[in-house]
Amino acid sequence: MGEREYDAGAYVPPAETEEMELVHPKTFIGKYIWSQDAKVIAIQYGVTATAIGLVALVLSLLMRLQLGFPNAFSLIDPGEYLQYVSMHGMIMVVYLLTAIFLGGFGNYLIPLMCGARDMVFPYLNMLSFWFYFASVLILVAGFFVPGGSMGAGWTLYPPQSISEGTPGSEAGIVVMLLSLAVFIAGFTMGGLNYVVTVLQARARGMTLMRLPLTIWGIFMATVMALLAFPALFVAALMMLCDRLLGTSFFMPEMLSMGETSDHGGGSPILFQHLFWFFGHPEVYIVALPAFGIVSDLLACHARKNIFGYRMMVWAIVIIGVLSFVVWAHHMYVSGMNPYFGFLFAITTLIIAVPTAIKVYNWILTLWRGNIRLTVPMLFAIGFIFTFVNGGLSGLFLGNVTVDVPLSDTYFVVGHFHMVMAVAPVLVIFGAIYHWYPKMTGRMLNDTLGKVHFWITFLGTYVIYYPMHFMGLEGVPRRYYAYGETTFISDSVQTLNVVISIAAFIVALAQVLFIINLVWSYYRGREAGPNPWRATTLEWQTEHTPPRHGNFGPTLPLVYRWPYDYSVPGSGDDFIPQNVAPQDTKKQAAEDRS
Amino acid sequence: MTVSLVFLTLLMVTFGGWLVWPSFNARPWESQAVAEGPAVTQPEGMTAGRVGLVVFLAVVTSLFALTISAYMMRMEISGDWRPLPVPGLLWFNTGALLLGSLALQWAWNGAQQGDDFALEKGLLVGGVGTWAFVLGQLVVWYQLIAAGYYMASNPANAFFYLLTALHGLHLLGGLVVWARLLVRRHQGAAPVALCSRMELCTLYWHYLLVIWFILFGLLLFG
Repeated sequence: MGEREYDAGAYVPPAETEEMELVHPKTFIGKYIWSQDAKVIAIQYGVTATAIGLVALVLSLLMRLQLGFPNAFSLIDPGEYLQYVSMHGMIMVVYLLTAIFLGGFGNYLIPLMCGARDMVFPYLNMLSFWFYFASVLILVAGFFVPGGSMGAGWTLYPPQSISEGTPGSEAGIVVMLLSLAVFIAGFTMGGLNYVVTVLQARARGMTLMRLPLTIWGIFMATVMALLAFPALFVAALMMLCDRLLGTSFFMPEMLSMGETSDHGGGSPILFQHLFWFFGHPEVYIVALPAFGIVSDLLACHARKNIFGYRMMVWAIVIIGVLSFVVWAHHMYVSGMNPYFGFLFAITTLIIAVPTAIKVYNWILTLWRGNIRLTVPMLFAIGFIFTFVNGGLSGLFLGNVTVDVPLSDTYFVVGHFHMVMAVAPVLVIFGAIYHWYPKMTGRMLNDTLGKVHFWITFLGTYVIYYPMHFMGLEGVPRRYYAYGETTFISDSVQTLNVVISIAAFIVALAQVLFIINLVWSYYRGREAGPNPWRATTLEWQTEHTPPRHGNFGPTLPLVYRWPYDYSVPGSGDDFIPQNVAPQDTKKQAAEDRS
Repeated sequence: MTVSLVFLTLLMVTFGGWLVWPSFNARPWESQAVAEGPAVTQPEGMTAGRVGLVVFLAVVTSLFALTISAYMMRMEISGDWRPLPVPGLLWFNTGALLLGSLALQWAWNGAQQGDDFALEKGLLVGGVGTWAFVLGQLVVWYQLIAAGYYMASNPANAFFYLLTALHGLHLLGGLVVWARLLVRRHQGAAPVALCSRMELCTLYWHYLLVIWFILFGLLLFG
């Protein structure tokens, strides 16, 4: 151990952080509505994202009713079915997952875990949330415009999406594109904050290599989002021009009802390139924060240091870089040159290597750990299972020859729901159970939490596992009903019934979770400052929940990495990051005497 | 797509390398009472504002690189691309933006040296030059429309309007910052107090000037 005499004067900070001036409003509106406190903004993000996520959940239930029991309820018609498929996808990927990981957990955890008073640009941070909120309102308005919401799939492929006859092509698509543009503008403001705060506002002693992996994940995901979202922005602008101003960026000449369209010469493939240039990094924008958070949950609840910390950091950075060169594996069936496809198949398989390193390291972290099966830990372990299973089916889809017959079947639906829907959502739940005590000062109910976990974890397997078999049989996705189809066996309908029933049970379990959130806020057990006995800085604040400014009068000094669990020779089984080495010795000596 | 790809790969590799480089020697699992050596200090002058600007410029670069990629791909895809004539006014506009950029540089130098006159006049001339550019671009649009080069009639036209609009909007955003600087100057802020903002503003202008050169070059030779 490189321990020397403590000398505060000789201490070299990673970044000279001057004390920032914080805005301290007195009114309720200033504190909680137009708030510039990252923690309040985080909760605003979280609540808004959860609310819109519940809308998307209801949409999926309506679809499941139709698929499981066709003609029994007739709640929705085929057009509405397509609209709900599209909106469900778009909301879940962009407005829920991206917003809650970066806007929610990013805002809450970055200043606290880095040891900063607040984000570097608090005003911009506030604007970021209100842009996001506006984009959600615009999105919701899409349900009420004439012709209904956008219905071209979340991928928005032209010419389908803006051609007459597609549900929502009248106004829904325009509203959707506007909402995305506002979202991206808002995200850019937030993203600037997250990156600059991590680089500039860390506490003294908090070197990059002492950052918790949560921050590494969120940081890298933000960098990727900042570079990838412009692709969606440009694509949205160009499609708006095609739809409203009659340009032909993406629109080819089309013959409809014997009449040729006004458009001509545009390239739908161009849109696909732009969309997936955003769309693939988006998968990792959602996954990297989840990776980071899981690493911290595992280390804390297994009372063991993370296995291969540096390897984990490198893997995060490598995944971030590689994810920009795999986008065309979503386009194997677009008619592109097969050799081009093979190139992307290779990069796709290469990106599995750093991802696998992370999985091994998680398992080795658990190996011989002092595992406590708390609710956050259950969700973290659940994530490993779900992510590995979902990732393995990705190996099939990443290969051109296997992907071609499986493309646009339920195999794809099963794959991406496992790997980028259920897996990150399990992490979100785990993270909420883990950090709720810090956010509110009270613990979430344990029994309710365990019931919630087991129903969600097992239930999602009942939902998505059978979909792989349906896909192998060739059942196409996005169909309202299958009618008389020779290649689809009758048992597929039985599976559909099972899936739909499971979906309803899992959805009910989420109600349990919401009840738990509300009930515990008033009646939960008092948490105290550090209920999980964790090492990271957010648990060492003076107040719980932390007040504006986070850390009392002086900022913490950081002496160690965030994974000092069960260190031999120290008194406790964890040493917080801001405890100086000589203090731990003193503590151990007292314990011995 | 190759343009964006090469650019972004370079950007990401540089950034990733910069991030990862110090980690090879780091031994994060060791606690330290005293940090060892100056290896962990941030370079002098890495302020929040500067880092923020660099990150923002990376985002804007990604935006323009992707749009230019789309421009090039669309040009080759179908045979309907008919290049626009280059309106003579664009040369004048380019001059005006160049003037604006140089004047702001002058103002920034003034702010650094406490030279009131240079700051005042530089800010003013910089703003006027930029406004001349923005209005000039609008006149170019008007001329092109009057000559029948509508946005919908050809992809070359559509890209010209799209790219100039994107560039113009970024300049307008810059002009908001410029206006705030002007207001603060007239409220009597000392030149030195405006120095860091002036610097960010000027760098942003230079950057947008370079982007304009690229866009103009694309129009001339593309």
